[in-house]
Amino acid sequence: MKRNDWFLAAGILAAAAILFCFQRLGKSGEQAVVSISVDGDLYGTYSLGEDRTVEINETNRLEISGGAVRMDWADCPDQVCVNHRSISRDGESIICLPNQVVVSIENGESGEVDGIAR
Amino acid sequence: MKNRATYFGVFTALALIFSYVETLIPVNFGIPGAKLGLANLVIVIVLYKTGFKEALLLSVTRVVLAGFLFGNLFGILYGLAGAVLSLAAMECLKLRSSFSVVGVGIAGGVSHNIGQLIVAMIVVETYQVGYYLPALLVAGVVTGTLIGIVCREVLRRINNVTLV
Repeated sequence: MKRNDWFLAAGILAAAAILFCFQRLGKSGEQAVVSISVDGDLYGTYSLGEDRTVEINETNRLEISGGAVRMDWADCPDQVCVNHRSISRDGESIICLPNQVVVSIENGESGEVDGIAR
Repeated sequence: MKNRATYFGVFTALALIFSYVETLIPVNFGIPGAKLGLANLVIVIVLYKTGFKEALLLSVTRVVLAGFLFGNLFGILYGLAGAVLSLAAMECLKLRSSFSVVGVGIAGGVSHNIGQLIVAMIVVETYQVGYYLPALLVAGVVTGTLIGIVCREVLRRINNVTLV
């Protein structure tokens, strides 16, 4: 390995660490909302504190309970979103690519700007 | 010319076998889309032994064939973006003699992940997928280093073999 290889690896790892720290700074508060979008359009927002199930266009079913969100059911073959661990922190998301459903947690106070900066 | 077609066929078969072997290994990094990138071994070796054009052709052929065989249309879309971007990055680093094969491998692994992430952002029209960026960067460095080291050893051993 040459010296530049190490610089490259170190640079990328440093960038990853910085990005990671920025993400961790945004912690979920009580006002955190669950935002669902389908095909890029906003489908609806729901409070993270309130337990409920949300049907998304008969293709997905989302379960909000105990301050965490998980995909309960999806009609797609790969089931990646259903097997995804439940999410609770600001900025975390569950994405169902076949149905183009994006479920993400946003802090009511600083959602928009954080989302773009990230 | 006859030999070129033969070699290309052999390398395509080899890359496809690596893609298949990869589907057999249940590596789960906890991140969707993260995998070892075994097929990149063949791509990097072709890039070094023949050239950019052959490697690009091989890469695209492999992604399309592997997509139809083991994946789906979405997979092909992601794979193509990753493959083209990673090959471009690897060629750039290869042209600068200050990087070794390992550096080229790292650039390939990382840019492959970035390419897929960009397509994911376009497909789902959200920046939220960027949440995976740090994890994918680290995964790219790790897998890229491994692939790069294996490539270096292979290239050292086939140093006196000339392809086309």
